[in-house]
Formats: sequence, structure tokens, C-alpha cells
Amino acid sequence: MLLRWGPAMSEPKLLKLVIAVLHRDIVASLRRGSEWSNPLVFFVMVCALFPLGIGPQPDRLADLAPGILWVVALLASLLATDSLFRGDFDDATLEQMLLTHQSLYPQVLAKTLAHWLMTGLPLSLLSPILGLLLHLPGEGMVPLMLSLVLGTSVLSFIGAIGAALTVGLRKGGLLLSLIVLPLYIPVLIFGSSAVKAAIEGAAYLPQLAMLGVFFLAALALAPLAICGALRISVDQ
Amino acid sequence: MLNSGLEVKQLYTDRDDRVLFSDLSFHLNAGQLLQIAGPNGSGKTSLLRILAGLSSRYSGEVLWQGKSLQKNRHDYLQQLLYIGHGAGIKAVLSPLENLRWSCALRGAENSDVVLLDALNKVGLRGFEEQPCFSLSAGQQRRVNLARLFCIPAQLWILDEPFTAIDQGGVCEIEQWLSEFVSGGGSVLLTTHHKLSVSQGFNVITLGASNV
Repeated sequence: MLLRWGPAMSEPKLLKLVIAVLHRDIVASLRRGSEWSNPLVFFVMVCALFPLGIGPQPDRLADLAPGILWVVALLASLLATDSLFRGDFDDATLEQMLLTHQSLYPQVLAKTLAHWLMTGLPLSLLSPILGLLLHLPGEGMVPLMLSLVLGTSVLSFIGAIGAALTVGLRKGGLLLSLIVLPLYIPVLIFGSSAVKAAIEGAAYLPQLAMLGVFFLAALALAPLAICGALRISVDQ
Repeated sequence: MLNSGLEVKQLYTDRDDRVLFSDLSFHLNAGQLLQIAGPNGSGKTSLLRILAGLSSRYSGEVLWQGKSLQKNRHDYLQQLLYIGHGAGIKAVLSPLENLRWSCALRGAENSDVVLLDALNKVGLRGFEEQPCFSLSAGQQRRVNLARLFCIPAQLWILDEPFTAIDQGGVCEIEQWLSEFVSGGGSVLLTTHHKLSVSQGFNVITLGASNV
């Protein structure tokens, strides 16, 4: 029921559908502004507060930097999650997505990708600057960015499952965090340990490979869960 | 004409332990228009959501062309155009962008000329590129209704299509409905307005027996 490749579903049609959804979500998000800027501002503000709270000693900050950057990136990503399907649910465009003979899978994939492009990607690109602020050693910069690129995409997929499950509820905020946070933990562990390993001069590729595994698993399986959750949320 | 159209058999649904309708049966063939009437809260929207396949909170049977909705879902959705009472459009996008997206979802490959023509028909010439939030409620409703002209379908399910539409607009919509029906389409709609279309049509009143 969830995944239906209809007979009329040829490849170019599929691609057109993905591009249309992607284009629409990115344009809408850019025009609204708050959707992509809020997580980014949160990320910058909280990271900037840490040197003030902990004290400016470079050694201490450098020690904590991988963990701080990763935890704040994770919370920023969580902050953006609730809005993923909320707008579409409120203005009933979600119904249109469900009521088409074309498969829901590519639509959901495109929506999640658009969400990551507007939140996870800018976060990852900005992270080296905040790394500098927290005295993250130079050798940690590349692993930080790479682990965030991979990690935030996994966070987007996991978050989308939670968002789809709670979109039909009037007050889904806390429930969403409760559903999503435990699933975020493995990503956080491997992400921050990749950066730590790189700083200590150890190999960080194994951790990145694990994040890659998470990403591929999420890419293949999360949309199935999201499609099912959306159908349940609308069915009321 | 036995296997054509939409057939509903002994439909039952409740909401919060209150029976909305039970033992509801009707047939909607090609070229027919059916109005669902009834007071507020009598289950009109619930019925339309069930028939659109959005809600599964019912017992009974819904058949499309002789086959049940679950089995025939792909074909059914290809033929169905549902316009609910929600906005159905993204407020930050322009009418044209909204229509492009709606058509892409349905795999309807329309050029912008077709979409502009559809917007023209619903009286939105000159508003194509404005963001929808700057339009009036009636104009926003018209953007949603413009989908009728660019998405091919056999069956229209319309939930209160006349909401916020001016008098002249209501007459126009009635004319579209009767053109669509005489072309072999089927229409199922809810409205509190007294319909005047050139064809005869059936009315089902909900909530009359079980209030």
C-alpha cells in the first residue's frame, strides 16, 4: 500500500515529480525566510555563547568543541523539524500529495531533501567558522563538515518520520522530541567521535563510514515510514 | 451502466460515539450530479473524505467501476479530483506556481499557456504572479478551483466550492459543473447554496434521520 510504482510511472515522470516538489518547497522556504534562518541563527547564537559561559581558555574550549558543535547542530535540526509537514497539513496541500495516482515515496524524498538543503546543509557549511570561534584545531575542520553533512541528512530523515507522525496532533511539539531524540543519539555519538578522533590524530573514516551507513539506510527506509505516518495523520 | 461510476453501499461512520450516518447507499454514474445536503456537523465533509480515500473510518463498501476503492485505488485516484474545504494552496507562492505544482503532482503536463488560461477562466487575470496571501479569500478559493481546468478527471468531489465566492462567480461555477456533467463527468458536492444547474440532479440529505 505504501510504495506503489504505478504502471504509468516512468523515470522521466518520476524525476519531474521530484523536481517539482523540490522546487516548490525551496522557493516557499526561501520566501518565508524564518524556516531556514531560525535554525541557523540558533546554531550561531548558542555556539557563540559557549566561550562566554565556559571562559575563553583555548585548551578547554578545544576539548569541548566537537561535542558542543554537534549537540547544538542536532538541536538546531530538531528545531526545524516540526515545520516540515505542518504547513502542508494546515493549508491542506498535503491532501493533494496523498490524492494522486503517482507514488508518495518520491514526493516525500524530495520534501525531506529540500528540508535538508534549507537547514542541514547551511549548518554544515557554516560549522568551520563556529569551529574557529570554539578553537577547534585545524585538523578537525574537514571531519566536522563531512560528519555534519552526512549526519544532518540522517537527522532530517529521522525528524521527518517524527514530524509525519505528529502533524495531525494539535500539540505535537514535545511528543515529536520524545520520538525523535532517542533515534538521534547514534548519529550524535558517531558524528562527534569522528571529529574527536581527527583531533587526536586517529582515523576518523570508520565513524564517517558508519554515518554513511545510517544515511543510506535512512534514504531507503525512512520514506516508507514517513509515507505511512502521513497517511495515518491525515486519516481522521 | 452497472459497473460505472461510484457506488456506495451501507456506509456507516461515527465521530466520538455519535453516529453521523448509517446504512447510506447511493450510486453516482457518469453524467450525474449529486448534492450532499444537511446541517453543520451532519457529516458531509466526513463523507467526502471517505469517498476521496482520505479517511478509512467507516464500515460498508465504496466501489469505483465495480471494484472496491482499496483494490482500485490507483485507477480511482487517476480519475478523481478532490477539492476539500482547506485552502489547498501555498500562501507564499503565486497562483501560477501553485497550479504548476498541483499539475506536476498529478502528472498532468500542462504548458503555462494552459495554466494561464485556467486562471483566466476563474477570473484571476492579472493576479497570476502575485503571492496568494495578498489575494482575497474568494480569489484564493478561485486559485484552488482553477485546478478543475488543468487536471483531467472523471469525478469531481467538491467540498463547499462556493465558499467566499461572489454571486456572479457562483453562477459561473454552476455553469462549469453542468458543462462537465453533460460531457460525461460526475460531480459530488456539498453546499448550503440552492443549486441551479441545467440538468436534473439528486440530493442526499444527511442528519435528517438521526439527529
